[in-house]
Amino acid sequence: MLTIEGLEVEISGKPILNNVNMEIPDGETHILFGPNGSGKTSLMMTIMGFSGYTVTRGKITFKGEDITHLPIHERAQLGIGVSFQRPPTINGLKTSQMVELCGRGRSLDLDAMAEETNLKHFLNRDVNHNFSGGEIKRSEMLQLLAQDPDLVLLDEPESGVDLENISLLGDLINKLLRRGTYSANGPSHKALSEQAAKSALVITHTGHILDYITADKGQVLYNGVLCCSRNAREILKWIGEYGYEECTRCTM
Amino acid sequence: MHDVKSNEQPTVDLKQYTTEAEPHAYLETLDRIAPEDADRFLNVGVDPHSACRSGTFIQKDSSVIHNSTCHAGVEILPISGALAKYEWLAEKYAWKSVDPNKDSFTAGAREIPHEGYFMRIHAGTKVAHPIQSCLYIAKNNFSQNVHNIVIVEAGADAHIITGCATAPHLTSGLHVGVSEFYIEKGATLNFTMVHDWGETVNVRPRTVTHVGQDATYISNYISLKPVGSLQMFPTTYLDGPGAVARFNSVLVAAEGCHLDVGSRVVLDAPRTRAEIISRAIAAGGQIIARGDLVGNHPEIKAHLECKGLILKNGLMHAVPELSGSVPGVEMSHEAAVGKIDRREIEYLMARGLDEDEAVSTIVRGFLNVDIEGLPPALREKLDQAIAETQEDMM
Repeated sequence: MLTIEGLEVEISGKPILNNVNMEIPDGETHILFGPNGSGKTSLMMTIMGFSGYTVTRGKITFKGEDITHLPIHERAQLGIGVSFQRPPTINGLKTSQMVELCGRGRSLDLDAMAEETNLKHFLNRDVNHNFSGGEIKRSEMLQLLAQDPDLVLLDEPESGVDLENISLLGDLINKLLRRGTYSANGPSHKALSEQAAKSALVITHTGHILDYITADKGQVLYNGVLCCSRNAREILKWIGEYGYEECTRCTM
Repeated sequence: MHDVKSNEQPTVDLKQYTTEAEPHAYLETLDRIAPEDADRFLNVGVDPHSACRSGTFIQKDSSVIHNSTCHAGVEILPISGALAKYEWLAEKYAWKSVDPNKDSFTAGAREIPHEGYFMRIHAGTKVAHPIQSCLYIAKNNFSQNVHNIVIVEAGADAHIITGCATAPHLTSGLHVGVSEFYIEKGATLNFTMVHDWGETVNVRPRTVTHVGQDATYISNYISLKPVGSLQMFPTTYLDGPGAVARFNSVLVAAEGCHLDVGSRVVLDAPRTRAEIISRAIAAGGQIIARGDLVGNHPEIKAHLECKGLILKNGLMHAVPELSGSVPGVEMSHEAAVGKIDRREIEYLMARGLDEDEAVSTIVRGFLNVDIEGLPPALREKLDQAIAETQEDMM
């Protein structure tokens, strides 16, 4: 689904990512760990193509197409979706209108979607205007559910979210990725596993989200270098016990 | 066209206009309005065929061509007729709030008046559907001098939609509108004004409003279409305790347009509240967006929000002013002039919109101030006008 080869990225001339190589196969969810400032969000922003992240070397391939220099909306239209940590408010644009825009003309059951994301009272509010941390996350998920991307980039989906909401978010992510058991009244596991799962790259600090979603692999980004790639829970345990320093010892 | 960088008010030479216009015939029923005129009225929210109006006043040049009400307690008259009918009108209301010697425009309107409307909402009358009025210039080079008086008596509640427009192909015109509004104890007036004058017309409204105890005045002003020059700075006095005033304005200045628009609210009594919200886009033209809040009593609250975007060239000059003369006033303002935030554009692009779609979505949102009490048809019309305007701006 996504292949990153020898990627080097600068922000205002300052190197941020150094020779990043990554492969996310169809249907897999990968977790990206790393301390603050290690370049996790930058990697995500670069995959999406945001301005300010200059690719100086390397290549990003999505569904076999070189997207390294494609504009953001073309990447989105190809099937990449991203949830933002701190999305901007767009004054005068109602959340319901935003969701319709994400749907790109597909017919959506807005009320049902709002119910599911517990945002019924937010449809009529301006996107992100005075939303709490949890509301922002749910609104981002609502938009992604409408967009239905094949590769989902989630930037710390659990940060600023209380326990009750983490479980709801986990359900929503599973639904988005066509994985797990996302609802008691939803489709059976058999029906669910027959659908092709979507791919995902998830940034997490705390690893709490791992209690709710299934990770196929974990990776550690440290000082702009991907330095570990193995089972996500195992990595989390190592980091918990020995800190990120330990991860650099298995630099790939 | 004047210099885009200077924000000096273009001068209007009154002598260049004529104050004489041929009379137009009175129309008993609205279905007799010429279709080309009716289209222009619709654009500014005046619906000649709608049953959802409680009264209608239409003036073309200097002639009142229609005047009717269909709601008990709503009285609408041409101002000359009202002054003849009610002696108290001249004694207590007419020219009592606006000084005829304020400037050459008010003096001209006093000297050579061309009608205008008198609307009186009798005490306690709740008017469900809006009352509409249209002031229309069809004669080339005409200076239309109208004088309007609105009295909303105690406990009454009304919504007035005033649309101002010109005939297609008009090449020159001046509109001077002197308006005096009186909102008495516990009454509510929701006043929506939509302007579509045309790029060769100069417009000089002069408005003063008095708001009594526990009364509410909501004023919405929408000018999206080109206008030669517009200068207005209506003043509202919150005279009675608990009086409230809210102003929303949505302005777009295309190339060659000069808009100098703002409101002053004087909070003269305890517990009065005022809010001024303006959204302005300079798309080649000039906008001076003013707001002036004057707090003369403790326990008052007032807020001013003035946001401007500059697309293409143009000038956007925000002039927010606050003055408090006693301790205990609570007044604030928020002004911002700028371009569209790149982050917002990219946020929408990440959802699949191309850059142009993203920008126009943001602009549309920017202009989409929640205007209270707009009838759905006018809301739709406004959305459509914003969409068209935004296409023209890009």
